[in-house]
Amino acid sequence: SNDAENTAAHHRNTLQFNTYSHRKQLFSVCVTLSEATEEVSLDSPERQPILSDGPSPVITPVTPVMISSRADVFDRSPDQDEDEEENRDTFDIQISVSDPEKVGDGMNAYMVYKVLTKTSLSIFSRDEVCVKRRFSDFLGLHSKLASKYMHMGYIVPPAPEKSIVGMTKVKVGKEDLSSVEFVEKRRSALERYLLRTVKHPALLKDPDVLQFLESSELPRAVSTQALSGAGILRMVNKAADAVNKMTIKMNESDAWFEEKQQQFENLDVQLRKLHASVESLVCHRKELSVNTASFAKSAAMLGNSEDHTALSRALSQLAEVEEKIDQLHQDQACADFYLISELLGDYVRLITAVKGVFDQRMKTWAKCQDAQVMLQRKREAEAKLQHANKPDKLQQAKDEIREWEGKVQQGERDFEQISKNIRREVGRFEKDRVKDFRVVIIKYLESLVHTQQQMIKYWEAFLPEAKAIA
Amino acid sequence: QQEGLDDGPDFLSEEDRGVSFFFPFLISVLFCLCPPTVDDLCFFFCVFFQSTLPNFKQNEFSVVRQHEEFIWLHDSFVENEEYAGYIIPPAPPKPDFDASREKLQKLGEGEGSMTKEEFTKMKQELEAEYLAIFKKTVAMHEVFLCRVAAHPVLRKDLNFHVFLEYNQDLSVRGKNKKEKLEDFFKNVVKSADGVLVAGVKDVDDFFEHEKTFLLEYHNRVKDASAKSDRMIRSHKSAADDINRIASTLYTLGTQDSTDLCKFFLKVSELFEKTRKIEARVAADEDLKLADLLKYYLRESQAAKDLLYRRGRALADYENANKALDKARAKNKDVLQAETTQQVCCQKFEKISESAKQELIDFKTRRVAAFRKNLVELAELELKHAKGNLQLLQSCLGVLKGDT
Repeated sequence: SNDAENTAAHHRNTLQFNTYSHRKQLFSVCVTLSEATEEVSLDSPERQPILSDGPSPVITPVTPVMISSRADVFDRSPDQDEDEEENRDTFDIQISVSDPEKVGDGMNAYMVYKVLTKTSLSIFSRDEVCVKRRFSDFLGLHSKLASKYMHMGYIVPPAPEKSIVGMTKVKVGKEDLSSVEFVEKRRSALERYLLRTVKHPALLKDPDVLQFLESSELPRAVSTQALSGAGILRMVNKAADAVNKMTIKMNESDAWFEEKQQQFENLDVQLRKLHASVESLVCHRKELSVNTASFAKSAAMLGNSEDHTALSRALSQLAEVEEKIDQLHQDQACADFYLISELLGDYVRLITAVKGVFDQRMKTWAKCQDAQVMLQRKREAEAKLQHANKPDKLQQAKDEIREWEGKVQQGERDFEQISKNIRREVGRFEKDRVKDFRVVIIKYLESLVHTQQQMIKYWEAFLPEAKAIA
Repeated sequence: QQEGLDDGPDFLSEEDRGVSFFFPFLISVLFCLCPPTVDDLCFFFCVFFQSTLPNFKQNEFSVVRQHEEFIWLHDSFVENEEYAGYIIPPAPPKPDFDASREKLQKLGEGEGSMTKEEFTKMKQELEAEYLAIFKKTVAMHEVFLCRVAAHPVLRKDLNFHVFLEYNQDLSVRGKNKKEKLEDFFKNVVKSADGVLVAGVKDVDDFFEHEKTFLLEYHNRVKDASAKSDRMIRSHKSAADDINRIASTLYTLGTQDSTDLCKFFLKVSELFEKTRKIEARVAADEDLKLADLLKYYLRESQAAKDLLYRRGRALADYENANKALDKARAKNKDVLQAETTQQVCCQKFEKISESAKQELIDFKTRRVAAFRKNLVELAELELKHAKGNLQLLQSCLGVLKGDT
């Protein structure tokens, strides 16, 4: 019976692998694609394609490249932005991440994914492009986008999380179920990440995004490694940011921002809680599936040893029903996970990004304040020098005043712009959130309906068998 | 609504309950709890019975008995040589609230980390669970008495009458440590003997078949019982998760500033209801499947014990035969050997005769009980799945129409 158990287990494993590729198709597009404009939005900072070559800046934000003297960027009224959002044409881009392939051996091994883009948008050079990318490429892309856009108040979709444990198992070559699950989970997450990124009208036109999707060769993003020097620097900066956040006390003149921040704070708490409960449900449903299968085998054995023929047959039938139900539980657990749990996980990370842009605004304000303080000092210094007889120094002081007046003006403009951007971004984010949750919840309920319909089918088939015991 | 629990030992067939037209007994076990402290739960069962038989002083009577007194009664049957040829109805299991008590403690500890509504909800859940276990315990004790009352010979037992009628405490102290150890060794010896006895092939085909069958059947029922328990526990855990999800969705619904608030509230309401159904499914599986298997685990053990006793009697008979031969050969104590041999022979034949009938009855009861419970299980599963489906579809209808 040990052999039987082993072959049964092996059969299960292969079955599950097959159904994973099947599920991949079912659950691969869990991100709704909303409409986006064909026309280039004037909000995108670069007119010139500035491709960040080599290792991307590690610190976010970096000195903004876009704050040039382009006045037109700041002259857009918020109303104009809203209108363009409304008049979007149908969004025509499909992205799939598929066919994970292991490259190399041992601890240097890595997975490579096929990224296929199908589109009719003109910014792309071809209708259909297929490239091969590895996980660090995705992280590299995100890193670049964050450094370019976050300080302007754009909500840049976060990349999927690293997992040293998960990846190590895959590297070491464990062909077991948990490795298969891990790769599938990651593949799905990468796909959702790309879809969310191109959904953003500004990011879609970004040259780095285009290069990522189209270019056959991509410079390796080394600075994304967790334990690299860059990685450690990132962690240090994150800590520094957290400290700074606590010390900046902003006079919030705009109630909208205060209200929104509180709402996102509450949402964060609840989504994390919900995510934890759903993860627990997935775990228990998987356990239920395993225990049901185990019971099914046991019931079959009991049926075998029962010497009353009709009862014996009924018990065997019961075993079959339970086996089918175990598969149902498994499928449901998958739906629980890929539909709900992953969505919640994505949104927990997205909200962190949202909170990030609010923090950027605070930083911008702080910078503006600092500039004003500096200007005041320079004016005081100049006033003092008025009565001394140092014409050179006086001139220098006047120059400095002009310089800092410029900086103050710049700071105020930056603050105004980031505030405007955030309002728009949050509006877009909330719209997408409503759509995403609606679609996913309905899909999930439909999966629950399917499960119950199957249950009814199985028990209806069993009932006459039970009644036939005489 | 603890449906299915109120009609008593419903996992037994009618034959088991002895509810037949000619049955002169009606026994109900009601239950009252008078604990000195909550930690020292001492269960008192009110046994209420009616009888039309002349042997009883009154037609209706009720007494208060403790669990130990039920065990005393059961053990007195087992130890009675007269009843060696019968399947002794298995003793009711000791009331076990450890798991629930643990959960209650955990709930108390975690009170700070959840909202008032969540806490109240979970407390109610636990109280319902406690109540369900109470009712089950009561039912098990009732089953035992009913089985005794249904048995044509056992129902006449003197101890049984004392148990039902004597309105004072029976003063049956639980076995002390020494006695428990003696029991333990007796069981060890028994199982060693059992192996010996099982090894000898029986001349009688019927008993040979029964022996093989029972040995295997008992082990498989044990396994199935354990596995069904695990399965049902997972089911309960999943239902608990859905409970928490429903609560969080409700909070989300009240906080959300977008159109999603209505969505969340509707789905939260749905999950509250489906969660109750899932808990119900687990409870029904527990009653119809897990309890059934547990009961037949104990019954099949009692049947095995019967076979063992017969085996012992057979061994005694064979030894007596050998002793008689030896006595005749030596021409010493022949009369005594003859008497012993006759006694053993009678004992063995008496046991064999009643054992055969008992084992046939056992099969009949078993088949009937399984049929009843499997049918009811399937019907309940269907009922709950249809209920769930209807809730899900109606909610989907509302949500889809909303967009």
